[in-house]
Amino acid sequence: MSNATVANLMRGHIETLAAQGKRTDGRGTNEFRGVSIETGLISTAEGSSRVSLGDTTVMCGVKLLVGTPYPDSPGRGSMTTTAELACLASEQFEPGPPREPAIELARVVDRGIRESQMINFEDLCIKHGEKVWVVFIDMHILDHGGNLFDCCTLAGAAALSNAKIPNVQHGIADKDVDLPISCWPISCTFAKLGEAIVLDPNHEEETVMNARLTVAHDENGNLRAMQKGYNGAFTGDEIKAAVKTARTADKVLRKALKEAAG
Amino acid sequence: MAGGNSDIEFIKKGKRLDGRKPDELREVRIEAGVLNRADGSCYLEWGNNKVYAGVFGPIECHPRHKQQQDRAIVQARYTMAPFSVNDRKRPGYDRRSSEISYITSQALERVVMVELFPRAAIRVDMQVVEAHAGTRCAALTAASVALADAGIPMRDIIPSCAAGKVSDTVVLDLNKEEDNYGQADLPLAIVPSTGEVVLLQLDGHLTPDEFEQAFDLAYKGCMDLYDIQRAALANRYGGSA
Repeated sequence: MSNATVANLMRGHIETLAAQGKRTDGRGTNEFRGVSIETGLISTAEGSSRVSLGDTTVMCGVKLLVGTPYPDSPGRGSMTTTAELACLASEQFEPGPPREPAIELARVVDRGIRESQMINFEDLCIKHGEKVWVVFIDMHILDHGGNLFDCCTLAGAAALSNAKIPNVQHGIADKDVDLPISCWPISCTFAKLGEAIVLDPNHEEETVMNARLTVAHDENGNLRAMQKGYNGAFTGDEIKAAVKTARTADKVLRKALKEAAG
Repeated sequence: MAGGNSDIEFIKKGKRLDGRKPDELREVRIEAGVLNRADGSCYLEWGNNKVYAGVFGPIECHPRHKQQQDRAIVQARYTMAPFSVNDRKRPGYDRRSSEISYITSQALERVVMVELFPRAAIRVDMQVVEAHAGTRCAALTAASVALADAGIPMRDIIPSCAAGKVSDTVVLDLNKEEDNYGQADLPLAIVPSTGEVVLLQLDGHLTPDEFEQAFDLAYKGCMDLYDIQRAALANRYGGSA
């Protein structure tokens, strides 16, 4: 049976539950699924993490390579983020070059990390105008159980938190040092199910949601990135309420991230 | 093979640089059923190699023109994560991945009972998240376990292992340095119950005698892996390996 058929059968059920403040997995409206964060698993990467949010699992590797700076920012390092929707993560993921959903995902995660200034790019300058560190954040989705946005942002932040600058390997200095981290972005994603709005949609909920909103905050409660997705809509009040909810709901992820980062 | 770097002495006092004997495998750990979404899955660590395999199927075959009227096809796909190697690998599919995927699909079609599922596809995805030589063997070994975990009818499971030559000595299961600077690499995959060879490649330089020695060594390595594969499935589903 195709997923579209399942979705139509599930839609009524999920929307009815959501209208009563209930969910198929028994969670509250603004409750995250269980989170687990492991770091430093991949020895070929400068930083790495494996993060699970409910039954979604993402593996993230951070590589630092020496490159040339962009002409408009000669004293600053740079950063590139990619997301691989690996075929083993979902029967819906097709092999081939990244399509729009993977590109959107990588760009939203990139914005959350970049705009929070989690990494200070001036710290990544080796020689002004000539040599800088380029940070590659590559996220591999291993299990798609819904809400890839928040799981990926968390995985990216966790992998950066244990990344080392490979000075020795590249002959820059005689010691590897920790990548300096200045702040911690966390994203919260909401799904609109009928007229109700829930936090951290699971896979079932994502198949029937009509709109999606991702809100990334820094640790001081300031907004750093947002993204609205899908062809449904939110009212202005709904968005303001979601932003407010995100500021408190993200505490549980922040705590898990801080613990993993040590 | 880089043509053999004679500067490196790979074997000292009968031991290799990583302390193994010439006919010794790196440590292998296999776990079946590690992913939620896939119909069957496997995580394998082989030395420092780390591989996930996931299976979906039998499912509708896309693209349609690849459908076979009398059987299913196995669509295996091998991918290396950008962070799996020291120099970041550019994401996406390259010629090496294409070739490995192709020969892996063909090897698996020998044991999967494809005739039971006309026009269907069985999708096998292998993700190498850390690579230290021997990843095609690791990926195929993991793929077999994932297929069994998915409940796909099979005649047998396929183990895969390489032998090679370093410092003029035939050795089992090359590590990264041996692979980069050694003299030959011979990946092999077999169907243990029949002894059939379903994957065989060679690059490098072997004399006819060395080839026979390397083949037999790789075959023995496959049989050892077969035990570990069956133990992983027994561990997940009970019963004896």
